[in-house]
Amino acid sequence: MALPEVKQTATEARLANLVMPDAGCTRAAREDALARVLEMGLPGRRDEYWKYTRPDTLVAPEAPRAALFDPDEAMLFADLDRLKIVFVDGVFSPEQSDDLTLEGVTIDRIEDICFKDIHWAKELYGVLEARGQSPVQRPLAALNTAFAADGIAIHVSGKPSKPISFIYRHASETSDAMLHHIIRVESGAEVTILENGPAASRFNKCMEIDIADGGVLHHVRAQGRDHERRAATHMFTRLGQESVYKSFTLTVNGVLTRNEQVVELTGDDAVAHVAGACVGDGDFHHDDTVFITHDAVNCESRQVFKKVLRNGATGVFQGKILVKEGAQKTDGYQISQSLLLDDDSQFLAKPELEIYADDVACSHGSTSGAIDETALFYLRSRGVPTKEATNMLTLAFLAEAVDEIEDDALSQAIVDRLEGWMSRHS
Amino acid sequence: MLEIKNLHVKLEEEEKQILKGVDLTVEDGKVHAIMGPNGSGKSTLSYVLSGRDGYEVTDGSATLDGEDLLEMEPEERAAAGVFLAFQYPVEIPGVGNMTFLRTAVNAQRKARGEDELSAADFLKEVRAKAKSLKIDADMLKRPVNVGFSGGEKKRNEILQMAMLEPKMCILDETDSGLDVDAMKLVAEGVNALRDEGRGFLVITHYQRLLDHIKPDVVHIMADGKIVKTGGPDLALEVENNGYADILAEVN
Ligand SMILES: Nc1ncnc2c1ncn2[C@@H]1O[C@H](COP(=O)(O)OP(=O)(O)OP(=O)(O)O)[C@@H](O)[C@H]1O
Ligand SMILES: [Mg+2]
Repeated sequence: MALPEVKQTATEARLANLVMPDAGCTRAAREDALARVLEMGLPGRRDEYWKYTRPDTLVAPEAPRAALFDPDEAMLFADLDRLKIVFVDGVFSPEQSDDLTLEGVTIDRIEDICFKDIHWAKELYGVLEARGQSPVQRPLAALNTAFAADGIAIHVSGKPSKPISFIYRHASETSDAMLHHIIRVESGAEVTILENGPAASRFNKCMEIDIADGGVLHHVRAQGRDHERRAATHMFTRLGQESVYKSFTLTVNGVLTRNEQVVELTGDDAVAHVAGACVGDGDFHHDDTVFITHDAVNCESRQVFKKVLRNGATGVFQGKILVKEGAQKTDGYQISQSLLLDDDSQFLAKPELEIYADDVACSHGSTSGAIDETALFYLRSRGVPTKEATNMLTLAFLAEAVDEIEDDALSQAIVDRLEGWMSRHS
Repeated sequence: MLEIKNLHVKLEEEEKQILKGVDLTVEDGKVHAIMGPNGSGKSTLSYVLSGRDGYEVTDGSATLDGEDLLEMEPEERAAAGVFLAFQYPVEIPGVGNMTFLRTAVNAQRKARGEDELSAADFLKEVRAKAKSLKIDADMLKRPVNVGFSGGEKKRNEILQMAMLEPKMCILDETDSGLDVDAMKLVAEGVNALRDEGRGFLVITHYQRLLDHIKPDVVHIMADGKIVKTGGPDLALEVENNGYADILAEVN
């Protein structure tokens, strides 16, 4: 079917600016992905899935300029023992990165494995992204698979002693970066992946994660504070039997962020938690779009998203739980809440459940509200000044999401960031 | 000394007069009790003294040691020494009881220009005081009042009071919801704080509490005013005969 003309034109204009990397073993996957892009077209304003978030600037041929920003605070996770993998405007920097050897994992640059015959990578690159195109289309992810010029492949076969930490630096005001990472966690293996930094003026990132039976992956991400940056990210995760995936994202600032999580529980007794806390002040649009498919028995999924918004900031949540036929004993929980610190901000939520099994427990809730005046008075009556009391209640509001981070040092690092934001923005 | 003169209060949102000329002085070191029928304005008085929104003072004054309370923000009143044990303590999910107590104690110290309490000193003090109120470590760790039983919430109020060492303690029906043993614990907690420099205003419906916390003065509030003031015997009279006689006598 032919695309609407506007979409066709926009898609062609974007593609005209892109060159497919000389890609060795990922070549076929990239060409398939390009075919998907041509068929779907890039997101447009009239697409139902983009009803609350305007895709224009994410799709435009050129990245809108984004001023560089000096956050004037220590890098997140700075004093944590971790293996650092640094990208500058979306380009891997060997000089700034650590040596990529670590017991229990094999880490390669996608560019390098492309010319080796590493079978697991071939079986993963673009594969979960392609699966995730149905029932909802995600053209920006297909675009990424086709054109991402850099990225890392991590094969986890054991339990590495420290987290693997992606650091995304922003160095040019016009940078337009696409990164594609793939991670395969073998049976019984366990890894923690960290991500932080603004990455680029415009950042399109795709991560495909395949967790085999009994594998565990923890993911903690903080999207950089550069005010004018834009990002569209996708995480595609497939879980085998008794495997665990726990992902948390903190977003502080950024003019536009769209984070999609596409999770497929394909083995029995698997657990997937995706959580996010975002705090936005002013020109800030943040969209969490989550799609969780239960396709096995006795799996648990949790979606916990909290947004604190002020001065006209906008928060969006589109979250779906799809329980397929036969996915009995599914335990699905979804909550999305916003705390609006003034009348100018808005929260748009579209929670959805679609259930084809009869023995399931699924719940979803979405609320939007102001600071609880009664609680505020209670704190003040004990001598806590208004600002401090408001901050305490704000942190308390975010706690359910932050509590999804299992590691205490990581969750403390996130709380510190949130406290920093509150002290700057109240 | 708490001095309330001719206090008139209406609701901010509607034309409803609740306090209609309250006169009351609580001297340092004294315990005053207020009794009175439901809806007579006792809680309203306590809220107005602690600075809750939603009320408008249309006449009169309230001072603590000569300082105008009504001009202050709630947190300033707290730092000046006002403490209200709530009739309905508020649950605050996500805020740990311990963090809350410590923030409150240190905020007040800071407001008064005193040094913050070190973490170790704070912990020592809170543990000792919690123990005497039979508040276990688990309750200290949990979010403020969340999932506490009615009686636990009231004991938690007294713990806050003990930690904050206010000059003027206002207890709004702290006895309601307490079993006999808990009532004794709470009364002991209050009595331990009785001190020459500290005044108490105890709002209650029952003589029972006053058996344990012996008041110096008992007031009866009805329809927004103190209608009768007497000694401890007045509480006994209410317990035995209800309010009918007293109200008839005043009218
Ligand atoms: N915010 C409010 N909105 C409407 N009415 C109010 C409000 N606050 C107080 N009132 C009314 O004012 C009157 C006094 O209430 P208050 O709570 O002070 O009584 P009380 O003496 O403490 O009663 P009780 O013994 O039942 O606790 C009541 O009629 C109550 O309904
Ligand atoms: Mg009352």
